[in-house]
Amino acid sequence: MVAHFVRLRLTILANTFRRSVWQMIGYLFAMLYALFVIGMAVVGAVAGGGVDPQLTGQIILLAGALAMVAWWVVPIFAFGTDATLDPQRFVSFGIPRRQLLTGLTAAGFTSIPAAATVLVSVGIAFAWWRTPALIPLALVGGLLAVALCVVGSRALTTVLAPLLDSRRSREVLAVAALVPIVMIGPVISWSTTRLADGATSGDQVRSLVTDIATVVGWTPFGAPWGIAPAVDAGDWGLAGARLMICLISLVLVVFAWDRGLARALVTPPTAGAGGRGKGLGWFDHFPSTPTGAVAARALTYWIRDPRYSASLAVVPLLPVILAVAGGSGGLNEIILILAPLTAWILGFAISADIAYDSSAFALHVATGVSGRADRAGRALAIGAPGALVVSVFAVATCAVTDRWDLAPMVLGVSYGALGVTLGVSSVTSARLIYPVPKPGDSPLKQPQGAAMATLVAQMAGMLASFAISLPVLVLAVLTLVIGPVFGWIALVVGSAGGVAVCVLGVRFGGRWFDRRTPEIMQQVMAQA
Amino acid sequence: MSVLALRLDGMSEPHLSRPADAAPADPTPGAVERPDVRSPSAPPDPAAALSIRGLWKRFGQKTAVAGIDLDVPRGSFYGFVGPNGAGKTTTLSMATGLLRPDAGTVMVNGTDFWSAPDSGKAQMGVLPDGVRLFDRLTGAQLLTYSGLLRGMDRDVVAERADDLLRAMDLTEDKDTFVVDYSAGMTKKIALGCALIHAPRVLVLDEPFEAVDPVSAANIRDMLADYVRSGATVIVSSHVMDLVQRMCSHVAVIADGQIRAAGTVDDVRAGGSLEDRFVELVGGRHQTEGLAWLRTSSDSD
Repeated sequence: MVAHFVRLRLTILANTFRRSVWQMIGYLFAMLYALFVIGMAVVGAVAGGGVDPQLTGQIILLAGALAMVAWWVVPIFAFGTDATLDPQRFVSFGIPRRQLLTGLTAAGFTSIPAAATVLVSVGIAFAWWRTPALIPLALVGGLLAVALCVVGSRALTTVLAPLLDSRRSREVLAVAALVPIVMIGPVISWSTTRLADGATSGDQVRSLVTDIATVVGWTPFGAPWGIAPAVDAGDWGLAGARLMICLISLVLVVFAWDRGLARALVTPPTAGAGGRGKGLGWFDHFPSTPTGAVAARALTYWIRDPRYSASLAVVPLLPVILAVAGGSGGLNEIILILAPLTAWILGFAISADIAYDSSAFALHVATGVSGRADRAGRALAIGAPGALVVSVFAVATCAVTDRWDLAPMVLGVSYGALGVTLGVSSVTSARLIYPVPKPGDSPLKQPQGAAMATLVAQMAGMLASFAISLPVLVLAVLTLVIGPVFGWIALVVGSAGGVAVCVLGVRFGGRWFDRRTPEIMQQVMAQA
Repeated sequence: MSVLALRLDGMSEPHLSRPADAAPADPTPGAVERPDVRSPSAPPDPAAALSIRGLWKRFGQKTAVAGIDLDVPRGSFYGFVGPNGAGKTTTLSMATGLLRPDAGTVMVNGTDFWSAPDSGKAQMGVLPDGVRLFDRLTGAQLLTYSGLLRGMDRDVVAERADDLLRAMDLTEDKDTFVVDYSAGMTKKIALGCALIHAPRVLVLDEPFEAVDPVSAANIRDMLADYVRSGATVIVSSHVMDLVQRMCSHVAVIADGQIRAAGTVDDVRAGGSLEDRFVELVGGRHQTEGLAWLRTSSDSD
């Protein structure tokens, strides 16, 4: 049975390679990247182990605990990313639960993340090369940790499955998950700047790490990584306690998974109560023309479809990220980039709009809606609220930095960026259809193998936008170097130019759309 | 009926010669009539609602549609039947603008479709098979969207959307998001989207799949009414009984070619449409196999 599951898993993996060359290349790059990260981690651990084994052990403990938390939590948010381990798929085969459990466990170990985790935990055991007797102990701890990662993540998703049944709760979770993910970078840079500021000395850092590691070491996330360090410190009692924590948690998660599986096998998933809308929503507030209808539909999707709302959810976080990136010395002028950056992000958000429609685009084809109406509606849906948000951001950032002299320039660059990116997106989304998360998928689910094609398409769009924006950018630089009079010119050129590029993009993209409608439809179908 | 389309071996008689010596149990595929030796195609018929000539489509190595000629008379209820993978959906996609043909002509009510797709699309309502809907909209929103996309007036759209929801038994679910609809409800709302602009030609790919019998009967009545009022309805289906009862005309397609076309009575030639279909298409096994499937109790 175990062999069956492992073979199923490997076959599915091999088949994804066979489906497309791009997918395989994407996978290869992912693997190379993973190997690089693993190598860096191992090298770092071994080097650290030579200098200061105790501190290295504590850092490994903290990093390992973080990795295990990720193992447990990410699958909950990233629903639908890996259905091969979904027990629901095996319900009708009547496999005895015990066998199903071992089979799914074995299959859980047969994945690229699991392989990477095993490699890392084996590699970092050699951090103890100064005291070779500890290496086997660290290996045991590492393998316990991998087991806890894999089984724990299965247990948690299976146990929580009833909560995730309803579409709406899954979608809200997926969007909410973005917040911590987006904030990881700023938090790290914030803590490093705090440390680098000299506010804390090396010793204080050390004692902080030790304190946190001591606490985390008592949790199942840290315990397996903490066995070898405890022995190294000569504290056999602590080592024994940590080992017990590992074993007890392992038994508990297996038990929880077993219970969860038992229930899942007799409880088919229910659709759950869906939400209900009221009346016609945005369709009542837009003119009853094809353009207005497309805009109303697109605006509804910005709120209703987690793939869209996830990118909107990033916008309120941007000020926080920039404020953090600006350093701890209060707000500085870096935050003035907020409005143009937001404009840029919003404008590019529709650069793959038809790909996001997926085969629902057939309605646009069958109704024969004109390319111009399609393009204009989509641009309007994000452009009108976008202009408002960008204006508020521009004024607010000028206010907090007290640089009202730069306000015209900031506004000009922002409007220019919004118009240009909307115009370019209106052309690219009619031309470049690349794989995006499908309707109903988690916004976190990046289609495998899309990486290269997506990157090329997005780079092309960005370069084009940058080239078109050059005049306004030059004016912005002149404002900063020479004087605020250029700021007013930037405002005029940016606003007028933005509108012009947007209109031209809509027309040009629309003409392209009209000429290639059936071809676009076929491209979309090929991705569906 | 002069518009009756039958283009097999260049015959003018509106009936089919049965394969004389092919035993019903052993119809070798390819032994039935193929339009290979057809006389040069007549020009498309401008009097027909839909007239197709020499339609081809190839996907890589596979030829999905291999030279189809078909006339759908105005005011007919036309069934389009064929086995899985026969080219039904491909043909209908090329007739409705979803797919550009490699070669061939499609004429809708006398105007060439592919030289002016927009005017053709304005006269057509389409229910494509196997595509998603904009399912984050509610049922009422989706109908409204379809109407407004076609440039219809808001009040007319609102009125018709209500009527359609009632006809499809969906009034109670009009504010439910389409993503939460069942498969049958989704089919029904998609059918509503195809109908909202009262098209002269309605092309429905598998419209009754997963639809409950009561709703299906209501929809059939509605479509029959619609045909009586002068519209043309083209329906693809796997259910021969349904086509035999519901349609006035039928075309049988297999391997990307039309095997028979004409009025239902002509095509079935006295037998049942299902038997005639199997005979034309082939592929029935005289099964001795799967002996182990007979009784499970004594299988060991």
